[in-house]
Amino acid sequence: MQLFLEQLLNGIGVGSTYALITLGLALVYGIMRILHIAHAAVYTVGAYIGLGVFSATGNLWLGVLVSMAGCAVLGVLIERLVYFPLLSFPPFVPLISSIALLIGIQELCRLVAGPYIQSFDAPLPVPGVTLLGIRISSSLATVYVVTAVVLVLLWFLTTRTELGLAMRAASQDMDTASANGINSHAIVDVTFMIGSAVAAVAGILVGIHYNQVYPTMGAVPAYKTLALIVVGGLGSVPGAVIAAILLGVGETLLIGYAGIPLPRNALAFIIMILVLLWRPQGLFVRK
Amino acid sequence: MSSYVVTLTTLFTIQAIVACGLNVIVGFAGQISLGHAAFFGIGAYAAAVLSAKVGLSFWVALPVVLLITGLMGLLLGLPSLRLKEDFLAITTIGINFIVVATFNYVPFLGGAMGLGGIPSISFLGTTLRGNGFLLLCLAGLALVLLVCWWFTRCWAGLACAAIREDETAASSMGISPVRFKLLAFVVGTAMAGLGGALYAHYMHFVSPSDFAFPVSVQLLSILVLGGMGTLWGPVLGAAVLGILPEVFRPLTDYRMFLYAALLLLMIRFQPGGLLGEQSLARSLLRKTFGKGGGTHE
Repeated sequence: MQLFLEQLLNGIGVGSTYALITLGLALVYGIMRILHIAHAAVYTVGAYIGLGVFSATGNLWLGVLVSMAGCAVLGVLIERLVYFPLLSFPPFVPLISSIALLIGIQELCRLVAGPYIQSFDAPLPVPGVTLLGIRISSSLATVYVVTAVVLVLLWFLTTRTELGLAMRAASQDMDTASANGINSHAIVDVTFMIGSAVAAVAGILVGIHYNQVYPTMGAVPAYKTLALIVVGGLGSVPGAVIAAILLGVGETLLIGYAGIPLPRNALAFIIMILVLLWRPQGLFVRK
Repeated sequence: MSSYVVTLTTLFTIQAIVACGLNVIVGFAGQISLGHAAFFGIGAYAAAVLSAKVGLSFWVALPVVLLITGLMGLLLGLPSLRLKEDFLAITTIGINFIVVATFNYVPFLGGAMGLGGIPSISFLGTTLRGNGFLLLCLAGLALVLLVCWWFTRCWAGLACAAIREDETAASSMGISPVRFKLLAFVVGTAMAGLGGALYAHYMHFVSPSDFAFPVSVQLLSILVLGGMGTLWGPVLGAAVLGILPEVFRPLTDYRMFLYAALLLLMIRFQPGGLLGEQSLARSLLRKTFGKGGGTHE
Protein backbone atom coordinates (compact mmCIF):
# COMPACT_ATOMS: atom_id res chain seq x y z
CA MET A 1 0.00 0.00 0.00
CA GLN A 2 2.74 2.39 0.98
CA LEU A 3 4.67 1.61 -2.19
CA PHE A 4 1.53 2.15 -4.23
CA LEU A 5 0.93 5.55 -2.63
CA GLU A 6 4.50 6.57 -3.26
CA GLN A 7 4.20 5.51 -6.89
CA LEU A 8 0.96 7.44 -7.14
CA LEU A 9 2.56 10.58 -5.72
CA ASN A 10 5.49 10.22 -8.10
CA GLY A 11 3.05 9.80 -10.96
CA ILE A 12 1.24 12.98 -9.98
CA GLY A 13 4.63 14.73 -9.91
CA VAL A 14 5.49 13.53 -13.43
CA GLY A 15 2.00 14.51 -14.56
CA SER A 16 2.39 17.98 -13.04
CA THR A 17 5.53 18.66 -15.04
CA TYR A 18 3.71 17.50 -18.19
CA ALA A 19 0.83 19.79 -17.26
CA LEU A 20 3.11 22.84 -16.96
CA ILE A 21 4.59 22.23 -20.41
CA THR A 22 1.23 21.40 -21.97
CA LEU A 23 -0.44 24.54 -20.59
CA GLY A 24 1.39 26.88 -22.92
CA LEU A 25 0.71 24.64 -25.86
CA ALA A 26 -3.01 24.47 -25.07
CA LEU A 27 -3.18 28.29 -24.72
CA VAL A 28 -1.44 28.79 -28.06
CA TYR A 29 -3.53 26.21 -29.85
CA GLY A 30 -6.68 27.68 -28.37
CA ILE A 31 -5.97 31.09 -29.82
CA MET A 32 -4.06 30.44 -33.05
CA ARG A 33 -4.97 26.85 -34.01
CA ILE A 34 -1.28 26.11 -34.51
CA LEU A 35 0.45 23.03 -33.11
CA HIS A 36 3.37 24.83 -31.53
CA ILE A 37 5.87 21.95 -31.33
CA ALA A 38 8.72 24.44 -30.85
CA HIS A 39 7.17 25.15 -27.44
CA ALA A 40 9.38 22.33 -26.14
CA ALA A 41 12.41 24.20 -27.48
CA VAL A 42 11.32 27.29 -25.52
CA TYR A 43 11.17 25.03 -22.47
CA THR A 44 14.74 23.84 -23.10
CA VAL A 45 15.96 27.40 -23.55
CA GLY A 46 14.21 28.29 -20.31
CA ALA A 47 16.09 25.59 -18.43
CA TYR A 48 19.41 26.75 -19.91
CA ILE A 49 18.84 30.43 -19.11
CA GLY A 50 17.76 29.53 -15.58
CA LEU A 51 20.83 27.33 -15.11
CA GLY A 52 23.13 29.97 -16.60
CA VAL A 53 21.88 32.82 -14.42
CA PHE A 54 21.83 30.57 -11.35
CA SER A 55 25.43 29.44 -11.85
CA ALA A 56 26.57 33.01 -12.50
CA THR A 57 24.79 34.71 -9.58
CA GLY A 58 23.85 31.88 -7.21
CA ASN A 59 20.33 33.29 -6.99
CA LEU A 60 17.64 30.85 -8.15
CA TRP A 61 14.82 33.42 -8.08
CA LEU A 62 16.77 35.78 -10.31
CA GLY A 63 17.37 32.82 -12.66
CA VAL A 64 13.64 32.07 -12.80
CA LEU A 65 12.75 35.71 -13.49
CA VAL A 66 15.36 36.21 -16.21
CA SER A 67 14.43 32.90 -17.77
CA MET A 68 10.72 33.75 -17.82
CA ALA A 69 11.44 37.13 -19.41
CA GLY A 70 13.83 35.62 -21.96
CA CYS A 71 11.38 32.90 -22.95
CA ALA A 72 8.52 35.39 -23.20
CA VAL A 73 10.59 37.38 -25.70
CA LEU A 74 11.56 34.20 -27.58
CA GLY A 75 7.90 33.13 -27.74
CA VAL A 76 6.79 36.47 -29.16
CA LEU A 77 9.63 36.44 -31.68
CA ILE A 78 8.59 32.98 -32.87
CA GLU A 79 5.00 34.11 -33.23
CA ARG A 80 5.85 37.39 -35.03
CA LEU A 81 8.55 36.07 -37.35
CA VAL A 82 7.31 32.57 -38.13
CA TYR A 83 3.69 31.78 -37.30
CA PHE A 84 1.81 35.00 -37.97
CA PRO A 85 2.96 35.35 -41.59
CA LEU A 86 1.97 31.71 -42.22
CA LEU A 87 -1.56 31.88 -40.82
CA SER A 88 -3.20 31.94 -44.24
CA PHE A 89 -1.54 28.70 -45.36
CA PRO A 90 -2.87 25.18 -44.72
CA PRO A 91 -2.15 24.00 -41.16
CA PHE A 92 0.72 21.71 -42.05
CA VAL A 93 2.84 24.65 -43.23
CA PRO A 94 3.17 26.24 -39.75
CA LEU A 95 3.41 22.71 -38.33
CA ILE A 96 6.48 21.88 -40.43
CA SER A 97 8.07 25.25 -39.66
CA SER A 98 7.44 24.53 -35.99
CA ILE A 99 9.33 21.23 -36.23
CA ALA A 100 12.15 23.02 -38.05
CA LEU A 101 12.23 25.60 -35.26
CA LEU A 102 12.40 22.86 -32.62
CA ILE A 103 15.38 21.23 -34.35
CA GLY A 104 17.05 24.58 -34.99
CA ILE A 105 16.76 25.82 -31.40
CA GLN A 106 17.86 22.45 -29.98
CA GLU A 107 20.92 22.56 -32.21
CA LEU A 108 21.62 26.14 -31.17
CA CYS A 109 21.50 25.07 -27.50
CA ARG A 110 23.94 22.25 -28.30
CA LEU A 111 26.31 24.60 -30.12
CA VAL A 112 26.21 27.23 -27.37
CA ALA A 113 26.13 25.08 -24.23
CA GLY A 114 27.72 21.84 -25.41
CA PRO A 115 26.16 18.43 -26.02
CA TYR A 116 26.72 16.98 -22.53
CA ILE A 117 24.29 16.78 -19.62
CA GLN A 118 24.73 19.59 -17.11
CA SER A 119 23.63 19.21 -13.53
CA PHE A 120 21.28 21.75 -11.97
CA ASP A 121 22.10 21.71 -8.26
CA ALA A 122 19.89 24.40 -6.81
CA PRO A 123 18.53 24.63 -3.27
CA LEU A 124 14.76 24.09 -3.28
CA PRO A 125 12.35 26.57 -1.72
CA VAL A 126 9.98 23.90 -0.37
CA PRO A 127 11.10 21.41 2.31
CA GLY A 128 10.33 17.70 2.07
CA VAL A 129 7.70 16.21 4.37
CA THR A 130 6.84 12.80 5.75
CA LEU A 131 3.11 12.19 6.07
CA LEU A 132 1.83 8.97 7.70
CA GLY A 133 5.08 7.25 6.85
CA ILE A 134 5.00 8.35 3.22
CA ARG A 135 7.91 10.54 2.27
CA ILE A 136 7.51 13.40 -0.17
CA SER A 137 10.95 14.59 -1.19
CA SER A 138 11.77 18.26 -1.33
CA SER A 139 11.90 18.31 -5.12
CA LEU A 140 8.57 16.51 -5.47
CA ALA A 141 6.98 18.93 -3.01
CA THR A 142 8.36 21.83 -5.04
CA VAL A 143 6.84 20.39 -8.22
CA TYR A 144 3.44 20.20 -6.50
CA VAL A 145 3.59 23.70 -5.04
CA VAL A 146 4.82 25.39 -8.22
CA THR A 147 2.27 23.62 -10.41
CA ALA A 148 -0.55 24.53 -8.03
CA VAL A 149 0.54 28.18 -7.87
CA VAL A 150 0.84 28.47 -11.66
CA LEU A 151 -2.52 26.81 -12.22
CA VAL A 152 -4.30 29.05 -9.72
CA LEU A 153 -2.70 32.19 -11.16
CA LEU A 154 -3.65 31.19 -14.70
CA TRP A 155 -7.17 30.29 -13.67
CA PHE A 156 -7.51 33.68 -12.02
CA LEU A 157 -6.05 35.44 -15.05
CA THR A 158 -8.26 33.75 -17.62
CA THR A 159 -11.55 33.82 -15.71
CA ARG A 160 -11.42 36.84 -13.43
CA THR A 161 -9.64 39.59 -15.38
CA GLU A 162 -10.45 41.68 -18.40
CA LEU A 163 -7.34 40.42 -20.17
CA GLY A 164 -8.54 36.85 -19.66
CA LEU A 165 -11.93 37.77 -21.09
CA ALA A 166 -10.24 39.26 -24.15
CA MET A 167 -8.11 36.12 -24.51
CA ARG A 168 -11.17 33.90 -24.37
CA ALA A 169 -12.97 36.10 -26.88
CA ALA A 170 -10.03 36.01 -29.28
CA SER A 171 -9.79 32.24 -28.98
CA GLN A 172 -13.46 31.89 -29.88
CA ASP A 173 -13.23 34.00 -33.01
CA MET A 174 -10.35 36.34 -33.68
CA ASP A 175 -12.11 38.42 -36.35
CA THR A 176 -15.23 39.00 -34.29
CA ALA A 177 -13.09 39.90 -31.30
CA SER A 178 -11.23 42.44 -33.43
CA ALA A 179 -14.51 43.87 -34.68
CA ASN A 180 -15.52 44.41 -31.04
CA GLY A 181 -12.48 46.52 -30.29
CA ILE A 182 -10.07 43.87 -29.01
CA ASN A 183 -6.55 44.17 -30.35
CA SER A 184 -6.32 40.52 -31.37
CA HIS A 185 -2.67 40.57 -32.39
CA ALA A 186 -1.72 42.01 -29.02
CA ILE A 187 -3.76 39.27 -27.33
CA VAL A 188 -1.91 36.65 -29.37
CA ASP A 189 1.38 38.22 -28.24
CA VAL A 190 0.29 38.12 -24.60
CA THR A 191 -0.80 34.48 -24.95
CA PHE A 192 2.59 33.52 -26.35
CA MET A 193 4.33 35.48 -23.56
CA ILE A 194 2.36 33.75 -20.81
CA GLY A 195 2.68 30.29 -22.36
CA SER A 196 6.43 30.69 -22.92
CA ALA A 197 7.04 32.07 -19.42
CA VAL A 198 5.25 29.04 -17.95
CA ALA A 199 7.39 26.81 -20.19
CA ALA A 200 10.48 28.49 -18.70
CA VAL A 201 9.27 27.68 -15.18
CA ALA A 202 8.61 24.09 -16.28
CA GLY A 203 12.10 23.82 -17.79
CA ILE A 204 13.80 25.00 -14.60
CA LEU A 205 11.57 22.81 -12.45
CA VAL A 206 12.26 19.67 -14.49
CA GLY A 207 15.96 20.56 -14.65
CA ILE A 208 16.16 20.73 -10.85
CA HIS A 209 13.84 17.75 -10.23
CA TYR A 210 15.91 15.36 -12.39
CA ASN A 211 19.10 17.35 -11.82
CA GLN A 212 19.92 17.44 -15.52
CA VAL A 213 19.76 19.94 -18.36
CA TYR A 214 20.68 18.91 -21.91
CA PRO A 215 19.99 20.12 -25.46
CA THR A 216 17.44 17.45 -26.41
CA MET A 217 15.48 17.52 -23.16
CA GLY A 218 12.58 18.97 -25.13
CA ALA A 219 12.40 16.17 -27.68
CA VAL A 220 10.14 13.80 -25.76
CA PRO A 221 7.87 16.50 -24.24
CA ALA A 222 7.52 18.02 -27.72
CA TYR A 223 5.51 15.10 -29.02
CA LYS A 224 4.01 13.88 -25.78
CA THR A 225 2.40 17.25 -25.09
CA LEU A 226 0.85 17.08 -28.56
CA ALA A 227 -0.76 13.80 -27.55
CA LEU A 228 -1.95 15.45 -24.34
CA ILE A 229 -3.64 18.46 -25.88
CA VAL A 230 -5.33 16.15 -28.36
CA VAL A 231 -6.62 13.82 -25.67
CA GLY A 232 -7.65 16.75 -23.50
CA GLY A 233 -9.51 18.33 -26.37
CA LEU A 234 -7.61 20.80 -28.53
CA GLY A 235 -7.45 24.21 -26.93
CA SER A 236 -9.09 23.16 -23.67
CA VAL A 237 -6.72 24.18 -20.86
CA PRO A 238 -8.42 22.27 -18.01
CA GLY A 239 -8.71 19.22 -20.29
CA ALA A 240 -5.00 19.37 -21.07
CA VAL A 241 -4.08 19.61 -17.38
CA ILE A 242 -6.31 16.69 -16.40
CA ALA A 243 -4.99 14.61 -19.32
CA ALA A 244 -1.39 15.44 -18.31
CA ILE A 245 -1.83 14.33 -14.72
CA LEU A 246 -3.75 11.20 -15.74
CA LEU A 247 -0.97 10.29 -18.18
CA GLY A 248 1.74 10.85 -15.56
CA VAL A 249 -0.05 8.62 -13.06
CA GLY A 250 -1.03 6.03 -15.67
CA GLU A 251 2.50 5.74 -17.07
CA THR A 252 4.13 5.46 -13.66
CA LEU A 253 1.69 2.83 -12.41
CA LEU A 254 1.74 0.83 -15.66
CA ILE A 255 5.52 0.71 -15.64
CA GLY A 256 5.66 0.00 -11.91
CA TYR A 257 3.13 -2.82 -11.91
CA ALA A 258 2.23 -4.14 -15.35
CA GLY A 259 5.81 -4.58 -16.54
CA ILE A 260 4.93 -3.64 -20.14
CA PRO A 261 8.12 -3.77 -22.20
CA LEU A 262 7.23 -0.82 -24.46
CA PRO A 263 8.72 2.53 -23.46
CA ARG A 264 6.63 5.31 -21.92
CA ASN A 265 6.33 7.32 -25.09
CA ALA A 266 4.99 4.52 -27.23
CA LEU A 267 2.41 3.76 -24.52
CA ALA A 268 1.32 7.39 -24.42
CA PHE A 269 0.81 7.40 -28.18
CA ILE A 270 -1.09 4.10 -28.19
CA ILE A 271 -3.45 5.52 -25.56
CA MET A 272 -3.78 8.70 -27.60
CA ILE A 273 -4.67 6.91 -30.83
CA LEU A 274 -7.23 4.73 -29.07
CA VAL A 275 -8.83 7.78 -27.48
CA LEU A 276 -8.87 9.61 -30.80
CA LEU A 277 -10.52 6.73 -32.61
CA TRP A 278 -13.13 6.54 -29.88
CA ARG A 279 -13.71 10.28 -29.45
CA PRO A 280 -12.12 12.23 -32.33
CA GLN A 281 -12.87 15.56 -30.64
CA GLY A 282 -10.94 14.73 -27.46
CA LEU A 283 -12.00 13.47 -24.05
CA PHE A 284 -13.13 16.69 -22.42
CA VAL A 285 -14.83 18.56 -25.23
CA ARG A 286 -18.53 18.43 -25.93
CA LYS A 287 -19.27 18.13 -29.62
CA MET B 1 31.72 8.15 -61.48
CA SER B 2 33.65 7.63 -58.30
CA SER B 3 32.19 5.15 -55.82
CA TYR B 4 31.52 8.04 -53.43
CA VAL B 5 29.24 9.74 -55.94
CA VAL B 6 27.56 6.42 -56.77
CA THR B 7 26.81 5.76 -53.08
CA LEU B 8 25.45 9.27 -52.62
CA THR B 9 23.28 9.02 -55.72
CA THR B 10 21.95 5.60 -54.71
CA LEU B 11 20.95 6.86 -51.28
CA PHE B 12 19.13 9.90 -52.53
CA THR B 13 17.43 7.90 -55.27
CA ILE B 14 16.02 5.63 -52.55
CA GLN B 15 14.93 8.70 -50.58
CA ALA B 16 13.28 10.11 -53.68
CA ILE B 17 11.28 6.88 -54.11
CA VAL B 18 10.04 7.09 -50.51
CA ALA B 19 9.34 10.82 -50.82
CA CYS B 20 7.28 10.16 -53.98
CA GLY B 21 5.14 7.84 -51.88
CA LEU B 22 4.66 10.56 -49.28
CA ASN B 23 3.80 12.93 -52.11
CA VAL B 24 0.93 10.68 -53.17
CA ILE B 25 -0.52 10.82 -49.64
CA VAL B 26 0.17 14.46 -48.77
CA GLY B 27 0.56 16.21 -52.10
CA PHE B 28 -2.05 14.43 -54.21
CA ALA B 29 -4.63 13.36 -51.63
CA GLY B 30 -4.07 16.10 -49.06
CA GLN B 31 -3.81 13.72 -46.09
CA ILE B 32 -1.05 15.05 -43.87
CA SER B 33 1.28 12.28 -42.73
CA LEU B 34 4.18 12.89 -40.38
CA GLY B 35 5.03 9.23 -39.92
CA HIS B 36 6.12 8.13 -43.37
CA ALA B 37 9.45 6.80 -42.09
CA ALA B 38 7.43 4.12 -40.28
CA PHE B 39 6.34 2.65 -43.63
CA PHE B 40 9.85 2.99 -45.03
CA GLY B 41 10.93 1.01 -41.96
CA ILE B 42 8.19 -1.60 -42.30
CA GLY B 43 9.28 -2.17 -45.90
CA ALA B 44 12.94 -2.44 -44.93
CA TYR B 45 12.28 -4.79 -42.00
CA ALA B 46 9.92 -6.94 -44.06
CA ALA B 47 12.57 -7.28 -46.78
CA ALA B 48 15.23 -7.97 -44.16
CA VAL B 49 13.23 -10.70 -42.44
CA LEU B 50 12.15 -12.33 -45.70
CA SER B 51 15.67 -12.46 -47.12
CA ALA B 52 17.87 -12.91 -44.06
CA LYS B 53 15.58 -15.15 -41.97
CA VAL B 54 13.24 -16.85 -44.46
CA GLY B 55 15.81 -17.00 -47.25
CA LEU B 56 13.73 -15.66 -50.13
CA SER B 57 15.50 -13.84 -52.94
CA PHE B 58 14.86 -10.10 -53.40
CA TRP B 59 12.71 -10.64 -56.48
CA VAL B 60 10.43 -13.16 -54.77
CA ALA B 61 10.28 -11.15 -51.58
CA LEU B 62 9.54 -7.79 -53.25
CA PRO B 63 5.86 -8.44 -54.10
CA VAL B 64 5.34 -9.74 -50.55
CA VAL B 65 7.01 -6.64 -49.12
CA LEU B 66 4.83 -4.37 -51.24
CA LEU B 67 1.77 -6.32 -50.14
CA ILE B 68 2.73 -6.05 -46.46
CA THR B 69 3.45 -2.31 -46.58
CA GLY B 70 0.33 -1.70 -48.66
CA LEU B 71 -1.76 -3.56 -46.08
CA MET B 72 -0.13 -1.63 -43.24
CA GLY B 73 -0.91 1.55 -45.16
CA LEU B 74 -4.53 0.45 -45.44
CA LEU B 75 -4.68 -0.32 -41.72
CA LEU B 76 -2.93 2.85 -40.59
CA GLY B 77 -4.82 4.92 -43.15
CA LEU B 78 -8.01 4.09 -41.27
CA PRO B 79 -7.51 6.88 -38.69
CA SER B 80 -7.44 9.35 -41.58
CA LEU B 81 -11.09 8.56 -42.21
CA ARG B 82 -12.09 9.94 -38.84
CA LEU B 83 -9.40 12.53 -38.24
CA LYS B 84 -8.39 15.62 -40.13
CA GLU B 85 -5.36 17.85 -40.45
CA ASP B 86 -3.86 18.53 -37.00
CA PHE B 87 -5.33 15.40 -35.46
CA LEU B 88 -4.12 13.26 -38.33
CA ALA B 89 -0.65 14.83 -38.17
CA ILE B 90 -0.31 13.97 -34.49
CA THR B 91 -1.70 10.48 -34.98
CA THR B 92 0.84 9.75 -37.70
CA ILE B 93 3.65 11.04 -35.43
CA GLY B 94 2.31 8.57 -32.88
CA ILE B 95 2.30 5.73 -35.41
CA ASN B 96 5.95 6.47 -36.19
CA PHE B 97 6.89 6.29 -32.49
CA ILE B 98 4.94 3.06 -31.97
CA VAL B 99 6.45 1.34 -35.02
CA VAL B 100 10.00 2.30 -34.02
CA ALA B 101 9.30 1.14 -30.44
CA THR B 102 8.15 -2.21 -31.85
CA PHE B 103 11.36 -2.58 -33.88
CA ASN B 104 13.27 -1.70 -30.73
CA TYR B 105 11.60 -4.13 -28.36
CA VAL B 106 10.83 -7.23 -30.42
CA PRO B 107 13.78 -9.65 -30.08
CA PHE B 108 12.90 -11.39 -33.38
CA LEU B 109 13.57 -8.10 -35.20
CA GLY B 110 16.96 -7.74 -33.58
CA GLY B 111 15.91 -5.15 -31.00
CA ALA B 112 17.99 -2.02 -30.67
CA MET B 113 21.01 -3.80 -32.19
CA GLY B 114 19.27 -4.00 -35.57
CA LEU B 115 19.00 -6.81 -38.07
CA GLY B 116 22.02 -7.76 -40.16
CA GLY B 117 23.09 -10.36 -42.72
CA ILE B 118 20.83 -9.14 -45.50
CA PRO B 119 22.22 -10.59 -48.76
CA SER B 120 22.97 -8.58 -51.91
CA ILE B 121 20.57 -8.62 -54.81
CA SER B 122 21.49 -10.79 -57.77
CA PHE B 123 20.08 -10.21 -61.22
CA LEU B 124 20.50 -12.78 -64.03
CA GLY B 125 23.28 -14.44 -62.06
CA THR B 126 25.32 -11.32 -61.35
CA THR B 127 25.43 -9.66 -57.95
CA LEU B 128 24.34 -6.03 -58.13
CA ARG B 129 26.90 -3.65 -56.67
CA GLY B 130 27.81 0.00 -57.20
CA ASN B 131 26.59 1.09 -60.63
CA GLY B 132 24.40 -1.98 -61.01
CA PHE B 133 22.54 -1.27 -57.79
CA LEU B 134 22.21 2.39 -58.74
CA LEU B 135 20.63 1.35 -62.04
CA LEU B 136 18.15 -0.84 -60.15
CA CYS B 137 17.25 2.10 -57.88
CA LEU B 138 16.87 4.42 -60.86
CA ALA B 139 14.58 1.87 -62.50
CA GLY B 140 12.57 1.77 -59.28
CA LEU B 141 12.37 5.58 -59.25
CA ALA B 142 11.30 5.62 -62.90
CA LEU B 143 8.55 3.11 -62.11
CA VAL B 144 7.37 5.15 -59.13
CA LEU B 145 7.38 8.36 -61.17
CA LEU B 146 5.41 6.62 -63.89
CA VAL B 147 2.79 5.55 -61.35
CA CYS B 148 2.71 9.12 -59.96
CA TRP B 149 2.34 10.56 -63.45
CA TRP B 150 -0.48 8.17 -64.18
CA PHE B 151 -2.01 8.96 -60.81
CA THR B 152 -2.26 12.67 -61.67
CA ARG B 153 -4.18 11.80 -64.82
CA CYS B 154 -6.35 8.80 -64.04
CA TRP B 155 -9.81 9.04 -62.56
CA ALA B 156 -8.76 7.84 -59.10
CA GLY B 157 -6.02 10.47 -58.95
CA LEU B 158 -8.39 13.23 -59.99
CA ALA B 159 -10.84 12.04 -57.33
CA CYS B 160 -8.04 12.29 -54.75
CA ALA B 161 -7.25 15.83 -55.90
CA ALA B 162 -10.92 16.72 -55.56
CA ILE B 163 -10.96 15.39 -51.99
CA ARG B 164 -7.80 17.36 -51.25
CA GLU B 165 -9.37 20.61 -52.46
CA ASP B 166 -12.77 20.20 -50.81
CA GLU B 167 -13.90 16.97 -49.27
CA THR B 168 -17.53 17.98 -48.82
CA ALA B 169 -17.90 19.18 -52.39
CA ALA B 170 -16.18 16.04 -53.70
CA SER B 171 -18.42 13.68 -51.76
CA SER B 172 -21.50 15.57 -52.86
CA MET B 173 -20.41 14.80 -56.43
CA GLY B 174 -20.50 11.11 -55.60
CA ILE B 175 -16.80 10.60 -54.89
CA SER B 176 -16.31 8.33 -51.90
CA PRO B 177 -13.65 9.95 -49.67
CA VAL B 178 -13.19 6.64 -47.81
CA ARG B 179 -12.18 4.68 -50.89
CA PHE B 180 -9.82 7.22 -52.37
CA LYS B 181 -8.13 8.25 -49.14
CA LEU B 182 -7.35 4.60 -48.45
CA LEU B 183 -6.20 4.12 -52.05
CA ALA B 184 -3.77 7.03 -51.68
CA PHE B 185 -2.47 5.54 -48.42
CA VAL B 186 -1.98 2.11 -50.00
CA VAL B 187 -0.20 3.46 -53.09
CA GLY B 188 1.95 5.84 -51.05
CA THR B 189 3.00 3.29 -48.45
CA ALA B 190 3.71 0.61 -51.07
CA MET B 191 6.18 3.07 -52.65
CA ALA B 192 7.76 3.53 -49.22
CA GLY B 193 7.95 -0.26 -49.02
CA LEU B 194 9.84 -0.43 -52.31
CA GLY B 195 12.27 2.19 -51.04
CA GLY B 196 12.64 0.27 -47.78
CA ALA B 197 13.39 -3.01 -49.52
CA LEU B 198 16.06 -1.36 -51.68
CA TYR B 199 17.53 0.33 -48.61
CA ALA B 200 17.72 -2.92 -46.61
CA HIS B 201 19.52 -4.76 -49.42
CA TYR B 202 21.86 -1.86 -50.04
CA MET B 203 22.91 -1.37 -46.42
CA HIS B 204 22.81 -5.14 -45.59
CA PHE B 205 21.68 -3.97 -42.16
CA VAL B 206 18.65 -2.21 -40.69
CA SER B 207 18.29 -0.63 -37.27
CA PRO B 208 15.30 1.09 -35.62
CA SER B 209 16.91 4.54 -35.55
CA ASP B 210 17.09 4.58 -39.37
CA PHE B 211 13.31 4.98 -39.39
CA ALA B 212 12.72 7.24 -36.42
CA PHE B 213 10.65 10.41 -36.45
CA PRO B 214 13.48 12.72 -37.66
CA VAL B 215 13.54 10.67 -40.88
CA SER B 216 9.85 11.44 -41.37
CA VAL B 217 10.65 15.11 -40.90
CA GLN B 218 13.42 14.80 -43.44
CA LEU B 219 11.06 13.17 -45.95
CA LEU B 220 8.54 15.93 -45.43
CA SER B 221 11.32 18.52 -45.83
CA ILE B 222 12.22 16.93 -49.16
CA LEU B 223 8.63 17.35 -50.24
CA VAL B 224 8.31 20.90 -48.97
CA LEU B 225 11.58 21.91 -50.56
CA GLY B 226 10.85 20.32 -53.92
CA GLY B 227 7.21 21.25 -54.11
CA MET B 228 4.26 19.36 -52.73
CA GLY B 229 1.92 17.80 -55.26
CA THR B 230 4.29 18.24 -58.19
CA LEU B 231 5.67 15.30 -60.13
CA TRP B 232 9.38 16.12 -59.98
CA GLY B 233 9.35 17.95 -56.64
CA PRO B 234 10.30 14.93 -54.49
CA VAL B 235 13.19 14.06 -56.83
CA LEU B 236 14.57 17.59 -56.85
CA GLY B 237 14.07 17.89 -53.08
CA ALA B 238 15.84 14.59 -52.42
CA ALA B 239 18.73 15.61 -54.69
CA VAL B 240 19.15 19.01 -53.03
CA LEU B 241 18.85 17.69 -49.49
CA GLY B 242 21.05 14.72 -50.37
CA ILE B 243 23.83 16.92 -51.74
CA LEU B 244 23.61 19.74 -49.19
CA PRO B 245 24.94 17.72 -46.22
CA GLU B 246 27.97 16.85 -48.35
CA VAL B 247 28.50 20.52 -49.18
CA PHE B 248 28.12 21.36 -45.50
CA ARG B 249 30.51 18.57 -44.49
CA PRO B 250 33.30 20.94 -43.44
CA LEU B 251 30.71 22.46 -41.10
CA THR B 252 29.72 19.09 -39.59
CA ASP B 253 28.94 20.63 -36.24
CA TYR B 254 26.57 23.23 -37.70
CA ARG B 255 24.97 20.92 -40.25
CA MET B 256 21.67 20.17 -38.54
CA PHE B 257 21.31 23.80 -37.53
CA LEU B 258 21.82 25.02 -41.09
CA TYR B 259 19.44 22.33 -42.29
CA ALA B 260 16.69 23.52 -39.95
CA ALA B 261 17.35 27.17 -40.78
CA LEU B 262 17.15 26.42 -44.50
CA LEU B 263 13.86 24.58 -44.09
CA LEU B 264 12.46 27.46 -42.06
CA LEU B 265 13.50 30.10 -44.60
CA MET B 266 12.16 27.95 -47.42
CA ILE B 267 8.73 27.58 -45.79
CA ARG B 268 8.60 31.21 -44.81
CA PHE B 269 9.40 32.62 -48.24
CA GLN B 270 8.61 29.82 -50.72
CA PRO B 271 5.90 27.70 -49.11
CA GLY B 272 5.03 26.11 -52.47
CA GLY B 273 8.49 24.59 -52.81
CA LEU B 274 11.07 24.97 -55.57
CA LEU B 275 8.70 23.61 -58.20
CA GLY B 276 5.43 24.87 -56.72
CA GLU B 277 2.83 26.85 -58.60
CA GLN B 278 4.13 30.30 -57.61
CA SER B 279 7.79 29.50 -57.08
CA LEU B 280 10.76 31.50 -58.32
CA ALA B 281 12.15 28.52 -60.21
CA ARG B 282 8.92 27.92 -62.05
CA SER B 283 8.41 31.53 -63.04
CA LEU B 284 12.02 31.59 -64.27
CA LEU B 285 11.33 28.43 -66.31
CA ARG B 286 8.22 30.05 -67.71
CA LYS B 287 10.13 33.16 -68.71
CA THR B 288 12.88 31.15 -70.40
CA PHE B 289 10.85 28.47 -72.12
CA GLY B 290 7.56 30.25 -72.64
CA LYS B 291 4.53 28.55 -71.17
CA GLY B 292 4.60 25.26 -69.28
CA GLY B 293 7.07 24.84 -66.47
CA GLY B 294 7.79 21.16 -67.04
CA THR B 295 5.66 19.53 -64.38
CA HIS B 296 1.95 18.95 -64.34
CA GLU B 297 -0.36 21.90 -63.89
